[in-house]
Amino acid sequence: MSEVFGVPLQALLGQLMLGLVNGSFYAMLSLGLAVIFGMLNIINFAHGALYMMGAFIAWMSLEYLGIGYWWSLLLAPVLVGMLGILIERSMLQWLYKLDHLYGLLLTFGLALIIEGLFRDLFGVSGLPYTIPEELAGAFNLGFMFLPKYRAWIVLSSLTVCLLTWFMIEKTRLGAYLRAATENPRLTQAFGINVPLMVMLTYGFGVALAGFAGVLAAPALQVSPLMGSNLIIVVFAVVVIGGMGSILGSILTGLGLGVIEGLTKVFYPEASATVVFFVMVLVLLLRPAGLFGREK
Amino acid sequence: MRRKILSTMIQSALLSLTLAGGPALAQSGKLSGDMVKIGVMNDMSGLYADIGGPGSVEAAKMAVADFGGKIFGKPIEVVAADHQNKPDVGASKAREWFDAQGVDMIVDVPTSSVGIAVAKVANEKKRAYFNTGSASKALTNEECNPYTVHYAYDTYALANGTGKAIVETGGKSWFFLTADYAFGHALEQDTAAVVKAAGGQVLGAVRHPLNASDFSSFLLQAQASKAQIIGLANAGGDTINSVKAANEFGLTKNQTLAGLLIFISDIHSLGLKTAQGMLLTDAWYWDMNDETRKFGRRFFEKMKRMPSFDQAAVYSSVLTYLKAVKAAGTDDADAVMAQLKKAKINDVFAKNGYIRQDGRMVHDMYLMQVKSPEESKYPWDYFKLKKVIPAEQAFQPLSLSKCPLIKK
Repeated sequence: MSEVFGVPLQALLGQLMLGLVNGSFYAMLSLGLAVIFGMLNIINFAHGALYMMGAFIAWMSLEYLGIGYWWSLLLAPVLVGMLGILIERSMLQWLYKLDHLYGLLLTFGLALIIEGLFRDLFGVSGLPYTIPEELAGAFNLGFMFLPKYRAWIVLSSLTVCLLTWFMIEKTRLGAYLRAATENPRLTQAFGINVPLMVMLTYGFGVALAGFAGVLAAPALQVSPLMGSNLIIVVFAVVVIGGMGSILGSILTGLGLGVIEGLTKVFYPEASATVVFFVMVLVLLLRPAGLFGREK
Repeated sequence: MRRKILSTMIQSALLSLTLAGGPALAQSGKLSGDMVKIGVMNDMSGLYADIGGPGSVEAAKMAVADFGGKIFGKPIEVVAADHQNKPDVGASKAREWFDAQGVDMIVDVPTSSVGIAVAKVANEKKRAYFNTGSASKALTNEECNPYTVHYAYDTYALANGTGKAIVETGGKSWFFLTADYAFGHALEQDTAAVVKAAGGQVLGAVRHPLNASDFSSFLLQAQASKAQIIGLANAGGDTINSVKAANEFGLTKNQTLAGLLIFISDIHSLGLKTAQGMLLTDAWYWDMNDETRKFGRRFFEKMKRMPSFDQAAVYSSVLTYLKAVKAAGTDDADAVMAQLKKAKINDVFAKNGYIRQDGRMVHDMYLMQVKSPEESKYPWDYFKLKKVIPAEQAFQPLSLSKCPLIKK
């Protein structure tokens, strides 16, 4: 069997595949963050907590209401998005004119409150959520045993990411959005309701987090801590990709997932830090991020 | 002259009266700060909070209530603190408790690094310390001291229980999935030693960072090793995610998972469908006999979950400590520790348990197997007993001890 640096090629391909799975989560979460930052200038620290809520909504609707996985995929993003809109209307909208720091502090505080609430209600060790029957089992790819559910994660998150990109870059609604980002006052002068668009953008951004949460529920543990474990890496992804860049965050998310996967083979002890190592390198060489523009 | 003799006689009579009055005096007892203060220190909100956490505080309060709520007519108070799994936070809180707040005894303290840091403070301040939460056997070896009792379990007992049982049933080749910090390394080392001694072999290990959220990559490496047994030298959320991923990737079809430190809360979180069949070493289980069931249900009333063995051990520690204070007639740590090492421990947690010179509390351990969903008849009905590991075999023999208190 052929080998790369002493690692069998088959194993390497397997790890690349897994990197892609994790990368999908990074991509979807950092996409939400990028959209929100681009439009609202808010660094949304509550993103991890809302992702966690998505997973819990899936768990609760199955446990208490008997609503299965597929409906949860729809229900959780809608509920999380509505909560997002509530947050935007009641709190965030007063902060746009202030420094980034205020939005960051507010959303960070919200994240702590939401997490604390769930921790109090459900404990920290997490809750079981089984994989839907349609997606149980696995494909034998020859070089690895790929669970159907993991394949589904990659497929669905890529679809969602591409749709989002298409909507923002190629549709009329997206054009309004981009215009409002560039110059909100002028856009408003053309009769476009900018505050409404801002509100919907935030709702949509956090709905993406809710969707990722439902996707994660069967694969990872449904636990109040699941968001905070992931969010720091996702922020690193956003920084590496360039704040506010849509395509950048998708590609960086997937790419870093793969880099992390490879590290797990060659030097597993460093797998938790490699993303930050890349971040330092990128910041030194391209301070605006790989896909960002200097303002 | 006669007068002087008389007064000497009266004096000595009075003195002997005071001495003879020992037991009578003990009823009022000598307590520092006119009360006994018990400090429960653990992870209140992080990844180990369901193992100890607020449940341990409740367990300590239950013990105080069962003891009668008062000692020598003086109050018994339970205070609690969150050490956030950080050794420096734990050590400075312990110092503050001993120095400024008059805490007489600290209990629980999971996370081995914090457990050891607090042991050093207890030794320095000469106060009683019952560790029920940490796993590292260093607490009764290199780091042992006269004031520390390691009450519930340790890495030696875990390795000896699960490791040995699995090799004996034919699981000869092992691969370890190890949390990359002191506890994981210790557990891997101890288990590897047991496996080799029993004629098995260790094919390799992969070290993962603490709190890794995705384990599929590590499990793929474990799968490639072709070992019969994958030993999980990790704890809490890490174990839960390892087991989940192992199921998903079909690893459990050809290989067997051995959880080296599993708490009942982990099983609750995994669900029986995923966890069934796993072997584990347990220090206590709520559904063993009428006494344990009664305690379990009482605890459930308050906390809405069944107690972990750590929480039961906290209850037992507090009760044992209070009994020793009563018997010694003082809360002076030296007198209480001497009393503790004399008496047998008989309560809901342990039968005929005793505390050795190195601070190890020796009691029976249990090899358990996780039930299948069909076998489980009611909520929290998770384990079936495979084997009682007798106290004398469960823990490291004193002949192997590295504790300086043990004279050889």
